[in-house]
Amino acid sequence: MARPFTPKVITANDLLEGDVIYFTAGNTWTRNLSEAELITDEADAQLRLLEAEKQNIRIVGAYLADAKAGPNGPEPTHFREDFRRTGPSNYFHGKQEAEANV
Amino acid sequence: MYKYNEFDEAFLAERNAQFRAQVERRIDGSLTEDEFKPLRLMNGVYLQLHAYMLRVAVPYGTLNSAQMRTLALLAEKWDKGYGHFTTRQNIQYNWPKLRDIPDMLDALGEVGLHAIQTSGNTIRNTTADHFAGAAKDELTDPRPYAELIRQWSTDHPEFQFLGRKFKIAITGSPNDRAVTKAHDVGLRMVERNGETGFEVVVGGGLGRTPLVGKVLREFLPQADLLPYLEAILSVYNVLGRRDNKYKARIKITVQENGIDTIRAMVEEAFMGLRGQFDGTDQQLLAEIKEHFAAPDFRSGSTEVFDAAYANDPVFRAWADTNLAEHRAEGHAIVTISIKAHGATPGDASAEQMRLMADLGEQYAYNELRISHQQNVILPHVHKNDLPAIHAKLKEHGLATANVGLISDIIACPGMDYCALATARSIPVAQEIATRFDELKMEHDIGHLQIKISGCINACGHHHVAHIGILGLDRAGVENYQITLGGDATETAAIGTRTGPGFAYDEIVPAVERIVEVYMARREAAEETFLETYRRIGMEPFKAALYPEAQKKVA
Ligand code: HEM
Ligand code: SF4
Repeated sequence: MARPFTPKVITANDLLEGDVIYFTAGNTWTRNLSEAELITDEADAQLRLLEAEKQNIRIVGAYLADAKAGPNGPEPTHFREDFRRTGPSNYFHGKQEAEANV
Repeated sequence: MYKYNEFDEAFLAERNAQFRAQVERRIDGSLTEDEFKPLRLMNGVYLQLHAYMLRVAVPYGTLNSAQMRTLALLAEKWDKGYGHFTTRQNIQYNWPKLRDIPDMLDALGEVGLHAIQTSGNTIRNTTADHFAGAAKDELTDPRPYAELIRQWSTDHPEFQFLGRKFKIAITGSPNDRAVTKAHDVGLRMVERNGETGFEVVVGGGLGRTPLVGKVLREFLPQADLLPYLEAILSVYNVLGRRDNKYKARIKITVQENGIDTIRAMVEEAFMGLRGQFDGTDQQLLAEIKEHFAAPDFRSGSTEVFDAAYANDPVFRAWADTNLAEHRAEGHAIVTISIKAHGATPGDASAEQMRLMADLGEQYAYNELRISHQQNVILPHVHKNDLPAIHAKLKEHGLATANVGLISDIIACPGMDYCALATARSIPVAQEIATRFDELKMEHDIGHLQIKISGCINACGHHHVAHIGILGLDRAGVENYQITLGGDATETAAIGTRTGPGFAYDEIVPAVERIVEVYMARREAAEETFLETYRRIGMEPFKAALYPEAQKKVA
């Protein structure tokens, strides 16, 4: 039996700022993981990645990252994506800072 | 100190203009990322986890106050107010915006700094003893040779597409503070029959396959340096593997072909190349040497220092750990620790950089150094100025008396910044430093180097640490492997693994247990951790780290 598919989000870095961004169901980019599209179908994942990569003028290095559904949208399953979602541990910089300033 | 001539200045300006145009073309879409990436890497621009990173070289770790102020300006104007000094005498900015980077490079260019060859498969920044030109134990100042290497290697057409990055380190002192044995080429100045030359070591390196370099040539006359290096590089360029990135470093070439074969090939290439160097390099070297002439050291008594040393215990503690012996009478070398307990190793704020620049200008003949241990150095200070310097450092959180002690940790950026990381390094360093500060043990423990890397690339030099820590990913959880007995000096050694790794919340207690074993087993306070380890071996440490395993065996 095939292994169950781990859901994915598409993530990349923004060309100008370099910060972490996520692909939404509406083919736009968001800085907020909870607004990302959670792809639960394996066949869909590659197609969605191709769609995202069409926007490569504005983005850098799109890839599929493991995620799971949470009460407020997708959540990371691995600590690497958790750090990318938040920002560094040593300073209140990156995403955590950006969100505090909203 | 080396000063750029008009040719150098024009070269930098032109190179920056080129990159500015490339950035514009990436932004307007005429270049794809695949096309742009090699161009940005050629200019020290990486894309990290949360942002871009700009890596700027501090050639052989030497800079003047104006240059340090420019580093501060970059931190303040285009970054988040700080910079990160690395083990390769570079400074990294963690948050630049792509559009701003050309401006940053222009600002650097105005003071003769750049990011060229801080990335890519080329000859990287040649690193040197951070006490060069000042140390009492020094035979010769190695920096003119490092500058010669820089000029020869910058944009050298043959060496822009090596199999892999290539790192050269140089020391003029028998006490190796430049980790020469863990570099692709290590150059150690030695004397033979009254002549100074180089012992050439090749094939050292850390990373996935950590190796101590081997002696390629016991004595190389000074005048032969460039043709000999060119011979080494050309042999590597031909023999070096390109089929596998992990086997592409010269250390593997040496390992696979044997040092004798490499030596024979290098010597042969050298014989051919030597004649092509018509002496221009030696004229250039003579000019470079003039720029490194020692300052006119001032004389005079050291009574102000002596009084402070006798009367102020805080000053005394700092002087005992952070000063090194200077070759000139009445002078000292000051290491400014940028490892305040709990701070990020190697980070300095713009304000701190400016203060250090001021101190360099006022008290250190306008010179500063960056050490591979991620600290900043005032190389030439008259001892009477030390109490005033200490007072200023204290005001800015820079007077931590911990150089060479357990909290003077080298740590790579790890998963907090680095896209290649498998675990974090910085918080581990922060917690260890904080813990031993709380225990008030670190002066008692004495000389002990902890070095931490967030992945096998070993940017934090963990293999050559007394206690090395390597962060790994074990089934989606951070895990830390410990090595003991590494050594980064002239007696270089690669550390040995203790056994299975430790979870994030177990790593600080594990380090504590290692230190407890040392404290209990050392023969005298003077016996350092490394000496004790070499005497008693791994077993007692293993027993303390893995009590469960011991029980099972029993
Ligand atoms: C954050 C961006 C960085 C990236 C992408 C990076 C990448 C790498 C890689 C891929 C290697 C392995 C080389 C090999 O063995 O072939 C390496 C090694 C190394 N890096 Fe970094 N590094 C980064 C930051 C740093 C920092 C911050 C330091 C200093 C704290 C540093 C200093 C070194 C050193 C000393 C090695 C030693 C291995 C050797 O050359 O033998 N790097 N780095
Ligand atoms: S050791 Fe690994 S995690 Fe640390 S800076 Fe180097 S590449 Fe990044």
